[in-house]
Amino acid sequence: MPRLPRLSPQMAPYVFISPFLVLFVIFGLFPLLFSLYLAFQVWEPTNGLQSMEFVGFDNFVFAFEDEWFWKSLKNTGWLALASGVPQHLVAIPLAYFIHTSFKGLRNGVVGAYFLPYITSTVAIAIMFSSLLSTDYGLINVGLQAMGQIPGLGWMVPAENIDWMGQPDNIKPAVAMIVFWRYVGFNVVLYLAALQTIPKDLYEAATMDGAGRFQQFWFITLPSLRPMIYFGVTLSVIGGLQLFEEPFILVGGRGGSDQAGMTSAMYLYGMAFDFNDFGAASAMSWMLFAVVVVLTWLTNRAFRPRNNAA
Amino acid sequence: MKRFKPLRAVLSSVILVGFAALTASGAWAQQVLTVAAFPAVDDIVRAAIPAWKKKYPNVDIKVVSRQFSDHHTAMTTALSTSSYLPDVMALEVGYVGRFAQGNGLENLSAAPYNIQTSKSRYVAYAYDQATNARGEVVAAPSDIGPGTLLYRSDILEKAGVKPEDLTRSWDSYVSSGVKIKTATGSYLLAHARDIKDILIRTGIKPGEGLYFDKNNRVLVNSPRFERAFQLAQQVRTQKLDAKVNAWSNEWSEGFKRGALTTQLTGAWLAGHLNNWLAPDTKGKWRASDLPEGASAAFGGAFLAIPKGAAAANKPMAWELIKLLTQTRELQLAAFKSQDAFPALLETHSDPFFDQPIEFLGGQKARLLWRTAASRITAVAVHKQDAFAEEVINTELDKVLDQGKDIKTALADAHRLLERRATR
Repeated sequence: MPRLPRLSPQMAPYVFISPFLVLFVIFGLFPLLFSLYLAFQVWEPTNGLQSMEFVGFDNFVFAFEDEWFWKSLKNTGWLALASGVPQHLVAIPLAYFIHTSFKGLRNGVVGAYFLPYITSTVAIAIMFSSLLSTDYGLINVGLQAMGQIPGLGWMVPAENIDWMGQPDNIKPAVAMIVFWRYVGFNVVLYLAALQTIPKDLYEAATMDGAGRFQQFWFITLPSLRPMIYFGVTLSVIGGLQLFEEPFILVGGRGGSDQAGMTSAMYLYGMAFDFNDFGAASAMSWMLFAVVVVLTWLTNRAFRPRNNAA
Repeated sequence: MKRFKPLRAVLSSVILVGFAALTASGAWAQQVLTVAAFPAVDDIVRAAIPAWKKKYPNVDIKVVSRQFSDHHTAMTTALSTSSYLPDVMALEVGYVGRFAQGNGLENLSAAPYNIQTSKSRYVAYAYDQATNARGEVVAAPSDIGPGTLLYRSDILEKAGVKPEDLTRSWDSYVSSGVKIKTATGSYLLAHARDIKDILIRTGIKPGEGLYFDKNNRVLVNSPRFERAFQLAQQVRTQKLDAKVNAWSNEWSEGFKRGALTTQLTGAWLAGHLNNWLAPDTKGKWRASDLPEGASAAFGGAFLAIPKGAAAANKPMAWELIKLLTQTRELQLAAFKSQDAFPALLETHSDPFFDQPIEFLGGQKARLLWRTAASRITAVAVHKQDAFAEEVINTELDKVLDQGKDIKTALADAHRLLERRATR
């Protein structure tokens, strides 16, 4: 039988690691460097690559003075806060509750909360846009039905709520869906962390007469600190890069008055709708700078301290 | 014995087998044209393959279909990198205008194409839409979308509104809407934005574009835009629009349930309503000219040859474009099967135009649309039109939803556009 040529032991590690490296260079490193290069060029894309022209910091100056870029950053910040903060405020007590109160059913309950996270964004967006439909949506129909119950009428608006049409409603609706989608992921994170807290601490606390709330406040929360740091960092990065959910829910332009237009959506539109790849690349690097600064601040706020707990 | 080299053996056998397969299928001698298209242009091209094969049995046609927006994103990318370019590219009118600004597409008015010798055979405005500021023709028109007003005659009757009331003037269109709303509860139209879209396209002076003139002067702070905004605002304050966007679920549901009385649209929508949007409303719809004698084009498809495509295929690509856009039978077949209104003028005398349309209660609407098509004029395209449209739509949102003053809104739009005009 013919023998295949042998790999020399010196080469073997490089050959084995090459699939990752090749893919990373093509799909990770190259686009990154190319967008940095593009940020300093002006380019009419339909004329081909050779039509690029170096313009120095023009694109950054343009982006910095662009009202809509700031508007999109404001929207992004609003959505990241309104969807991110409740995620953790709900996930921590919820994880604690699941951890202490469910035994056999636990995996099923966790799975139910985790399900939205692994469901396709498109399916979620389609489901919610039909739920939130003004005239035919289940949510408004439910509200109206609730209004029929004597004594509850005052809680229900006289007209159907235009969830996805009114700028004032778009942001809360999107934030609610993002919250709903990622809260389960955070529950799983915190559940994992809860399982690493030694039981002895709780036993000792019980002996000392600490109630359930005191145990949560003085033992559970401080022990969760590293995981909170991790979870909040993920939320900050994910929140600032928010794209799919609003893009599919309210369409590429972000709905009425662009209320749902995040920075990621705006720079996508800059490139593919307005053909301005240079400015779009400059904006993406400015967004990156914001992500770096906020991640660093998160680190400052949550990093483990020596005198912790 | 010589040492056996497995890699070389495998390679050579692969090449041998591949070569055998090529010669067996005859692909060696066969030229293949790639056509990239979106629905329903892809079906129209496929349907034309038998006619093509009769003329050029040695040239195969490969149709690459993508969804509408995917297709145009893919074409933008292909042009920007000059790779994976098709031999023939289908383009929707908005993208023709955009791509015509650059120089990625072949100039069809130069030799060897010389499309200008056939200029009189195409619907005039469609030909002009494919002509850029440098006088180059970058694409050949395949189908057009003459604007029309579709309305529910049964709802009008119930409300005691005559069709003439809808079309006499924009003001009478809006006041008819009030009557319809009070009598039947149905909305006049889907979105107040629709009425703005037509009005800003009405009364454009020669040398002006939609948002910019040819010297990059911004035109939005003008009576044309003021009137468009005012009428849209009237529609909204009197609650005559359902606030739904075209192609949304609510939109098609509105047609099915008779919640929408009229739609300002391209003639092709009648076909979509009949086929899938609201087939049960057959016979209840009618078509008419747009209110106040307005004329506007809604969509339209074009075929272009990318400059970066294989040079050897370009003569055949042009033959295919000629076959698709200049063959009476094929243009009519596309009209009959896909509601693609022909851009080829010689089809417009066909008896098919005189036939009643069942969905429109037996109305001979194609005659109406034929006249409408002859009255439309092309509007000069500016590089920043897509951005300008978004600015105007956003300011209109603020007027409609937040009660912003129209003059301030247009002044704000003007300021935003001035920054971009020369970018």
